[in-house]
Formats: sequence, C-alpha cells, structure tokens
Amino acid sequence: MTEFLQQLGRNTHTSFTKLGRASFFLLQTLSGILSVLARPRLLLNQLYSVGVLSFLIITISGLFVGMVLGLQGYYILSDFGAEETLGVMVAASLVRELGPVVSALLFAGRAGSALTAEIGLMKATEQLSGMEMMAVDPIKRIISPRFLAGLLSMPLLAALFSAIGIIGGQLVGSGLLGVDEGAYWSQMQSNLDFKDDIINGVIKSIVFGFVTSWIALFEGYDAIPTSEGVSRATTRTVVNSAFTILGLDFILTALMFGDD
Amino acid sequence: MANSAPPKNSLVSVQNLSFSRGNKKIFDDISLEFERGKITAIMGPSGTGKTTLLKLIGGQLFPEQGTVIVDDNNVHRLRRNELYNLRKRMGMLFQSGALLTDMNVFDNVAFPLREHTHLPESMIRTLVLMKLQAVGLRGARQLMPNELSGGMARRIALARAIALDPMMIMYDEPFTGQDPISKGALVQLIQSLNNILGLTSIIVSHDVQETAAIADYIYVLSGGKVVGQGTPKEIEQSPSEWVQQFMNGAPDGPVHFHYPAKDYVDDLLSTGKRY
Repeated sequence: MTEFLQQLGRNTHTSFTKLGRASFFLLQTLSGILSVLARPRLLLNQLYSVGVLSFLIITISGLFVGMVLGLQGYYILSDFGAEETLGVMVAASLVRELGPVVSALLFAGRAGSALTAEIGLMKATEQLSGMEMMAVDPIKRIISPRFLAGLLSMPLLAALFSAIGIIGGQLVGSGLLGVDEGAYWSQMQSNLDFKDDIINGVIKSIVFGFVTSWIALFEGYDAIPTSEGVSRATTRTVVNSAFTILGLDFILTALMFGDD
Repeated sequence: MANSAPPKNSLVSVQNLSFSRGNKKIFDDISLEFERGKITAIMGPSGTGKTTLLKLIGGQLFPEQGTVIVDDNNVHRLRRNELYNLRKRMGMLFQSGALLTDMNVFDNVAFPLREHTHLPESMIRTLVLMKLQAVGLRGARQLMPNELSGGMARRIALARAIALDPMMIMYDEPFTGQDPISKGALVQLIQSLNNILGLTSIIVSHDVQETAAIADYIYVLSGGKVVGQGTPKEIEQSPSEWVQQFMNGAPDGPVHFHYPAKDYVDDLLSTGKRY
C-alpha cells in the first residue's frame, strides 16, 4: 500500500513538473512570435512543410469521409423521405465536427509527429545546444515559426477537408444515388448558419491547431536525446494530441452548441 | 601536484565550482584558469564531466556553487541578452559538429553571420569562403551535412565557430573517432587558428598524444577533482598515480576497471531478479 502511494505521489509529481515545463515552454514560444513576424521567410518555410505537405492526406481523407457520409446519410434519410436534406447533413457534420476533428487528428499524425521527431533529433544531435552557443535562441529561431505555422495551417486544412468532403458527399449523393443536385446545395445554403456552424468549426480548428502544435513541439524539445527517447516522444505526441483533441472537442461542442 | 602555478592573465576563470547531476557529484570545489592566447587542455577519463565543464563555462548549465568568469563577466549572473552577447565572442566546437542538417555547408557557416549581422550577401559570401578556405573545405560548400565525413563535419563546424571572429573557442573532444589524417589536420588547424587569430583555446579531450602536442597547459580531472595540472612536460613527469594511470592508459588504478558492485561470488550465487 505504501509503495502504491509512493508511486502515485511520484507519478503525480512528475506529471505536474512536466505540465509546468510545458507551460513555461508555451510562454517562451508565444513571446517569440513577434520575432517570427519580423522574419516572414522563416514562417513561409514552415507553412510549406507543416501545411502544404499535409495537403494531400487532408484532401484524400476529406474526399472519402464526405463520400461515406453521403452514402450513410442517404440510406438513413431516404427511410424518412428526406434525402433532399443530404447536403445539410453532410455539410453540418463536416463543418461542425468531422472537418476540425479528423483534420486535427490527421495533422497530429502527419505534421505533429514530424515536428516532434525533427526537434527531438535536433536536440539529440546537439543542434539546439549549438544554436544556443552561437547566441541564437532556438525557441525564437526554430520553435516559434513552427508553432505559428501549425496554428495558421490547421483552420485552412480543416476548411479544405470540409470543402472536399462536401464535394465528396455531392458526388455520391447526386452522382450515384440520384439526390437532386439543386436540392443538395440549396438546402445546405438555407440551413447552415455562418456563425453557429462555420465560425464555431473554425474556432475549434484554431484551438486544435494550438494544442497539437504545442504538444508536438514540447514533446520534441523535452525528449530524452536518444533514439528511444525521440521514438517515445513521437508516440506521445500522437496519443496525447488525439486524447486532447477529442476531449476538447466534447467541451467545445458543449459550450458552442449547448443552447441549440 | 607540485607543478607550475596556474596562469594569471586569465580569459576564463573557474573558481570553487561544484556541480552535481542527481546524487552524483560531478565537480567538487574545483578551480581552473585559462590564459589568454594559449591552448589549455582539460583531460581525464570518460565520464569525468569534461563536456559539462564547457557547458558551465558557456552558461548552458548552472553550478551549485562557485563562479565562472569569462572576460571579466560572471557568466551565471548575466542577463539573457548579456549572456548571448558574450556567447557571440565564444565559439564552441561540439563533438558531433552540431551542423544544421537542413542547410548545406555554405549556409551552415553563414548562419551566425546572417543571424547576428546585417552584412550584404556578397560580403557574407566572401567571409564564408575565407573561413572555409582556412579549414581547407572551400570546395565542399555545396555539400549537405549527411554527405560529409566525421572529420569534414568537424572542420566545417570549426569554420562556423570562427565565423564571428570570437575571442575564444571551446573544443569538445575534437579528435574522437577521427582517422590519423583527420586528427593531424585538426591538430594543425587548432594550433594555427590559435596562433594566427590570437584566440584562447580550451580543449576537452582524452586523446593524450594529440592534445599534449599542442596544449600550453593541461588540467587532468578525475572523480570531480583536479588531480594534476601543469605544462605537458610537467604532466608527463607527474608523480600522481591518477595522472600516470590516465597518461599511460593503465586499465586499472585509482580509476577502477570495474563499476562499483557487490562481491562477485555473492552476486553469482544470489537469486537476483531478472534485468
């Protein structure tokens, strides 16, 4: 029993210490953002590797998710003779939930893991120490540009995911299953609310971009500088990001759509 | 340690320094002086904290007690921007080279110039080519770090370390893992850079022959203490058994071959848990 309590105490202490380090790291990262804005080239390079290189996986996944939604939605809605509302169902599912959540999960898997591995290896190969000794702050030079790129890319990738998904739903719904194309688009247009649906979805994706980038960069920066340490940190990025995204999604959904 | 007194005209002065990692005492109240314009070597067996000492001098680690003075600045009392200003005048050559892997050789050497100066690109090009010429690798400027041998990577890192014309350079195990030709080239480079540029050099190494050949003064560390100090000749003739074990490469002596463990026979006969 005593051993169990000791272990519990140790684990709690370790977790809170890490949370403290992560919070301090976030403050440093945020304070470095102004210097990134003064050097847009650094941001552009990272927007390319974090955002543009995630384009393909987001597009293909969005297309298939939209197509599946079109199929499933049609089967359910046609039971009630409401297949004309397929567009609303597909679009609302995507912009409110699936767009931000699935694209954030994909982002954590593709860009987040890459960021952790990159920063972890930079630490293991003394590149970060080398920068410090060259009087270059690695937080400002390496971390903040990547954080800002993640933050900016995430809503754009989520929007892309939703847009491609809606097209996928339309391809299946109107192209294969015979839902009227005009009804698909007009029902969507008249029933989706810009603020309630789209803006809330954008807010979600910004929050997910923030936490995913934070987790990925911190895990890399805090990794034990060995191959096993970097490997574990990369795994933690994906797992912790997934938990955080899904947990935050529930909280945000409850806050945003609770009064509907 | 009945050797010559430590130098007085110090650029770097380490005074009564103590440092621990967890429960392990790395340095126990050590004091060292590094004379301006000279090559001072810190030698000792692996795990004695030689690299840690460089990190303490560079302000990357904080001591438990004691002070590190670099060019009349107390390193651990400086504000962040003051420390960074001091580091611009301190070059460091890491054991791995620590080249930035997403940049080619030219951009690696240009990195500190681009970060800290507003020089036009044409002048940066000239400076980078001069530094690369000094280390004999001007022709390798388009190569990426993964295309370099270990010796080339260290020479490029050396070119980068002298890019801002520092007052001192700290070398962390510059000869480790190098073939004889690369070792010879690095020995010559360190000596000529020190003499021509008037640098102060601190070399951390356990390569006895190479280091003793170029060092003006040597400190031998072991067990968290300075166990020997003096000119290479004095170190060679030191009566200290610590120093003699290290300089002659004896497998056992004051530094034990075996890591501390319980009695061998007891250990073999016990039914310990699986590891």
